[in-house]
Amino acid sequence: MTVKVINLKKVFGEQVAVNSINFEIGQGEIVGFLGPNGAGKSTTMKMLTGFLPPTSGESWVAGYNVEQNPLEVKRNIGYLPEHNPLYLDVYVKEYLLFCAGIFKLNKKEERVKDIIEKVGLTAEYKKKIGQLSKGYRQRVGLAQALLHDPKVLVLDEPTSGLDPNQIVEIRNVIKEFGKDKTVILSTHIMQEVLALCDKVIIINKGVIVANDKVQNLQDSGKTKTIIIVQLNKEIELKLLQEVPGVLRAKRIGTNKYEVECRTDLREQLFFAIAPTGAAIINMQLEQQSLEDIFKALTNPNLIK
Amino acid sequence: MKSVFLKEIRGFFSSLIAYIVIIVFLIITGLLTWVFKNNTFELGYSNLDILFFWAPAVFIFLISAITMRSFSDEKKAGTLEILITKPLTDFQIVFGKYFAGLVLVALVLLPTLIYFYTIYQLGDPVGNIDTGATWGSYIGLLWLGSIYVSIGLFSSSLTDNSIVAFMLSFFFCLVMYIAFDLIGEVSWFSGIDYYVQWIGINAHYQSIRRGVLDTRDLIYFISTTLMFLWFTKAKLESRK
Repeated sequence: MTVKVINLKKVFGEQVAVNSINFEIGQGEIVGFLGPNGAGKSTTMKMLTGFLPPTSGESWVAGYNVEQNPLEVKRNIGYLPEHNPLYLDVYVKEYLLFCAGIFKLNKKEERVKDIIEKVGLTAEYKKKIGQLSKGYRQRVGLAQALLHDPKVLVLDEPTSGLDPNQIVEIRNVIKEFGKDKTVILSTHIMQEVLALCDKVIIINKGVIVANDKVQNLQDSGKTKTIIIVQLNKEIELKLLQEVPGVLRAKRIGTNKYEVECRTDLREQLFFAIAPTGAAIINMQLEQQSLEDIFKALTNPNLIK
Repeated sequence: MKSVFLKEIRGFFSSLIAYIVIIVFLIITGLLTWVFKNNTFELGYSNLDILFFWAPAVFIFLISAITMRSFSDEKKAGTLEILITKPLTDFQIVFGKYFAGLVLVALVLLPTLIYFYTIYQLGDPVGNIDTGATWGSYIGLLWLGSIYVSIGLFSSSLTDNSIVAFMLSFFFCLVMYIAFDLIGEVSWFSGIDYYVQWIGINAHYQSIRRGVLDTRDLIYFISTTLMFLWFTKAKLESRK
């Protein structure tokens, strides 16, 4: 396990930010840390990277205990903090050389040149960081995190505040590097988890409410299936309701029906509708999205 | 430590802070030493007493200004989080910044060696200046600067507002430099006035200015510097 967290807890004054969480992340996995604002995602990441000491509990990164061996942990971790803090009055290359210097990398110049190319900063590296647009600043933040070829990447909301094109570009960079590294990234965008992650950890009010493969989580949400049927003329609702397996059917628009059932009944629906002479223009399977699962898991009324 | 040190030095020079500090120090001490009333020519002694009298006061202002951003800005911008999560110990961060400040102080003093040379040449006969006392004074000023830098770093670590850091630093430097001299003169302390004044920087500065390197003074300068650097490190570590 490259990352292992046992009973990690953080209390700020009266407020319990992270409440005894446990999880493990294996080599090469990309894990999405999902949760509403203030759920404890950033706090957990700050404890993993050794910035905040935990109130209690332990964590290991790349085989080293974060509290007992902070320097080794920091050597093996690449961290992009929330809001991507940067020295704005420093040149891109100068900043990356500074970071390379801290890690005492051999062939600093070459490594920096290499990373500038990889994150797509070639056109901008002669500028001061303060002159860059947000998307390019994010690349500088990523470059800084990737520079020393860390085993574990911790990215706190790496795509927040970027435009759709930049989001795709940054995701591609993360995906490229995530091939052989362990990546933990926090986000509250569901698509990001679907697009990038193998596993997802959903955290709410400092507690882990789900920790599973993205696919499993989606499957588990499928307690019911909804089929939207669009016809060219009216039919009787009763007809749909009488198909075996249908839980409920209702009219939701002109010649449009919503059928709720336990399994995918599209075939049966077709044969039920065909004898009436109505033509099926469209039949659509509505999957319960990760968003719904997220809402259900983090809804305050459902927890406790 | 080397990376942090170099980054700070680059920061001083790329933001013009270094040049401004050097020029301001030269203008103030230059005017006081050579131009204003009671200048060296009027007094007629071949020494640099005017420079060494004013420099500690000017340093309070200048060194507070060069150190005020060191931690407060990093806190405000969030870059402290980057720095702390790099494989650096807190002491390496603190010492990197301390040495950068100290080097800048030395660079500020460097051009005043021209004053020294001028007096040396103007002496009658040429070279009639107490060289030992002058070098002692320079060393004293460097050590005084060293304490100021450590006080400035500590003040900066206390807040994320650099103006507040500046004022705290100004106040602490003033207290350390001169307040204990004044407190020692209060009648309550009549028996122990020597020991009270001994806490302040001025007593040791005056002692080292005679050109005698007393180990007790050296120990005072080193331990006071280390004390404030240790406070800074403790403050850095206490992030919630």
